[in-house]
Amino acid sequence: MSIVEIESLSKSYFRDSLEIPVLRNLSFSLPEGEFVALMGPSGSGKTTLLNLIAGIDRPTKGKVKVAGTDLAQLSEGELAKWRARHIGFIFQFYNLIPVLTAYENVELPLLLTSLSKAERRKHVETALGIVGLSDRMNHYPRQLSGGQEQRVAIARAVATDPTLILADEPTGDLDKQSAEEILDLLSRLNSEFKKTIVVVTHDPRAAEKAHIKKHLDKGELS
Amino acid sequence: MKILKLAVKNAGRHKLRTGLTIVGLAVAVMAFGLIRTVIDAWYAGAEASAPDRLVSRNAVNIIFPLPLSYKEQIAKVPGVEKITYAHWMGAYYVDPKQFFANFAVDHNTFLDLFPENILDSASLAKFKAERTAAICGQILADRFGWKVGDRVRLIGTIYAGNWDLTLVGIYKGRDKTTDESAFFMRWDYLDENLRATVSSRAGYVGWYTFKISNPNDAARISAVVDSMFKNSLAETLTETERAFQLSFVAMSGTIIKSLQIVSYLIIGIILLVLTNTMAMAARERISEYAVMKTLGFRPKHLIGLITGESLFIGIFGGILGMLLVFPMAGGFGEAMKYFFPVFGVKPQTLLLAGIFSLAVGLLASIFPVVRAVRISIVDGLRKVG
Amino acid sequence: MKIPLYYNYRNLLARKLTTAFTVGGIALVVFVFCAVLMLTAGLKKTLVATGSDDNAIIIRKASQNELSSYITRDQIPIIESQPEIALGEDGKPMSAGELYVLISLKKSKTGDAGNVVVRGVGPASIKLRSKVKLIAGRMFTEGLPEVIMGKSTAERFEGAELGGSLRFASQNWRVVGIFEANRSGFESEVWGDINQMLGSFNRPVFSSMTVKLVDPKKFQEFKKRLESDPRLSVDVKREKEYYADQSYAMSTFISILGMVISVIFSFGAIIGAMITMYATVSNRSSEIGTLRALGFRRRSILSSFLVESTMLSLIGGLLGILVASILTQVTISTTNWDTFSELAFGFAVTPEIVGYSLVFALVMGVVGGFLPSVRAARMNILAALRAE
Repeated sequence: MSIVEIESLSKSYFRDSLEIPVLRNLSFSLPEGEFVALMGPSGSGKTTLLNLIAGIDRPTKGKVKVAGTDLAQLSEGELAKWRARHIGFIFQFYNLIPVLTAYENVELPLLLTSLSKAERRKHVETALGIVGLSDRMNHYPRQLSGGQEQRVAIARAVATDPTLILADEPTGDLDKQSAEEILDLLSRLNSEFKKTIVVVTHDPRAAEKAHIKKHLDKGELS
Repeated sequence: MKILKLAVKNAGRHKLRTGLTIVGLAVAVMAFGLIRTVIDAWYAGAEASAPDRLVSRNAVNIIFPLPLSYKEQIAKVPGVEKITYAHWMGAYYVDPKQFFANFAVDHNTFLDLFPENILDSASLAKFKAERTAAICGQILADRFGWKVGDRVRLIGTIYAGNWDLTLVGIYKGRDKTTDESAFFMRWDYLDENLRATVSSRAGYVGWYTFKISNPNDAARISAVVDSMFKNSLAETLTETERAFQLSFVAMSGTIIKSLQIVSYLIIGIILLVLTNTMAMAARERISEYAVMKTLGFRPKHLIGLITGESLFIGIFGGILGMLLVFPMAGGFGEAMKYFFPVFGVKPQTLLLAGIFSLAVGLLASIFPVVRAVRISIVDGLRKVG
Repeated sequence: MKIPLYYNYRNLLARKLTTAFTVGGIALVVFVFCAVLMLTAGLKKTLVATGSDDNAIIIRKASQNELSSYITRDQIPIIESQPEIALGEDGKPMSAGELYVLISLKKSKTGDAGNVVVRGVGPASIKLRSKVKLIAGRMFTEGLPEVIMGKSTAERFEGAELGGSLRFASQNWRVVGIFEANRSGFESEVWGDINQMLGSFNRPVFSSMTVKLVDPKKFQEFKKRLESDPRLSVDVKREKEYYADQSYAMSTFISILGMVISVIFSFGAIIGAMITMYATVSNRSSEIGTLRALGFRRRSILSSFLVESTMLSLIGGLLGILVASILTQVTISTTNWDTFSELAFGFAVTPEIVGYSLVFALVMGVVGGFLPSVRAARMNILAALRAE
């Protein structure tokens, strides 16, 4: 079962009248339950591709289908709703809300659901348990180390039990030890919890943990 | 010099924020100017007074009158050139809520004492000839739609009854500060009516205004006049016309003081708005300041940069605000022209506004300057990303 | 409200200085707005409190106020014989002819002169004014040069304290009592025996007459009959209306000037709020991007920032109202333009004023925060994430 289907995808940016192509006519699919690494040098368009899969960017040409849904068919509002349900996003710089505690940060995407407060609590505690930060629930991001912050971000990404977990350079800002821990965690999410994970990275260790590796260079896949 | 150029450029980096700050300042400066102009308008009567005119009124209370007989006696005092008298009528035209100043005056001498009220000779002749004649200022005539020759009926309050008069002339003010909203009828007409109805009230005037040859003699002559009537039934208080006008202003002293307090509150608001903006800008640029320090810029350069930007915004906002005062004052003056017959923006007001804008520009930069100078390079650089 | 409120107020706390400045600016504006409303209400309260619903005042036709009015002795029985007038316990009509004169007294603080109302009153006068109460000393004795002082005059003028002596109408008057009158205009007056006053001021006539009506609803008939009586030439007014008219010029002026100032100030505060909110939105761009990426809709972002702006303005509003309420302890004394005499009044706070001030604060918050909130909502997700 392909969870992601890309058909003739192209993305260009426009500066005044100049067209800067980033992705050229990509076509591929990603199977469910896999741990995929998207690799390539800087500027190769990996983050752009990830954004397109997440639905936070729209293609110039071509189709993006996730879990059978053609993203182009969704309006902006529908896309937001869809994203909340299906995508768990992990950023390179964690992007936690500074004035919210770890618990509250993880709870954020759950506020978009119709779960009750008690149900949300269950999800949050479970997610924080998985990443091993149950004892830091009420800490603020500034009270956490980089690695701990990223783990909170991962908890946030899995709290809604999304279809797809996407990570953009998750270890880019971390020291060796923390990076190792994060990658192990992602691996566990895939092997134990059967989560489909796509990681954009140029860290070769991350590539080791992945089952499928795709290379992107100058907008083209290999 | 380059620092100042950089300062101005910095202001342009965030056009929306700078623009809003300038507008905020302009609004505040304009309000400041407006309020001060209102306060000035209150003193307009005092401003319009002539240094060689004195006023004698009842010492106990201005609403008590003086006998007509005092005229001859005061006129005889050495140094007094000419004398006239007036009496407050306090009547109204049609609607008692439409207030205007109306007086009964000595038709022969009044306009001689007040040459700033310019009346053509034909009208003046009529005023002197006809008992029921009256004249008024141009602004008042426009307000009620009166034309020369109109019959005007005033309803008396202090002196009850209908006062049917003929408007024989409309005077214009010689100076910008001359009040064109007053109404003058003849005192002798008032008096003959009183003699027929309430004779005990006849033979009295409200106050005397007289001209002295040497303004420096004002204090001496005032004392002489007052001593003449000491211990009589109607003691006089003689003072310069300016002091006389100011005593009326003092009655509204509390309101005026409140307005002054408000005008200073505005300065406070200006300070808050500008300081907020400068503090924000400083916080954003803290790493830049650290970088500049590593490059060798010294505290005085940073001070010049921040203060320069702050002053630039302050001055710009101040000028804009001062320009806005004029149309604002114009509109306000038009709406309140019956309260304030004279309403104009004074140069001192603009000067004050300018000084405050500069002061605020300087003060607002203090906090961000202190922060920028104090921060260690390391801490500043850490704030990147 | 998908985005929780604690996100907003914690952000306000995180930027203490900026929040303080913006709140301060709004508080200042609301303070001025509230103070003006309170002043006008206080003035009204004083003057309205001066009149009672079932009293009517009779003055000379067209005289407009007691100062210019006169009622002759022969007119009194005509007026008193009207059936609408209530009868006292002694069977006599509840009416009082009074004398209203202005005298000049020296203010204790500044030494400046001020015009004060002296009222010659009859025995029925106090009964007619139920709110007048002696709080110190005793009532003046009929036939003697004694006076009682309204509370505010007793405090403001030289010689006006209990036991002091005032000089007017060519003689000395002993101050034997101080009275309170529910903060009404009477508190700015000096009261003495009518016959003593008539004699000293050499007046053959009264200034006015105040009567109590059996039934306030019968006022119109009473008025019509008296005003059309050819033997009299009078205007009849409800006491409350009469005193309200006495401050018309001044209260109108204060209201207009006050409102103009408040509106101008509010522009300043709105701009201050705008600047703050634009900066806030700019600083939190990446948070906005994150929230959008997580699936929060544009309109949630809009309302969240609008709420934050409104929180700021409401806090400022409450602060402004709180400080303004201190003004209730302040009394203002100025010359009433309509009556030419000193009038003391204070600041009165009513639930409506608090309501209006809060709404005013709210409006400033909404208007100031609107454009920045729109900007936040319109941000493109990627651009927002990349920002900082």
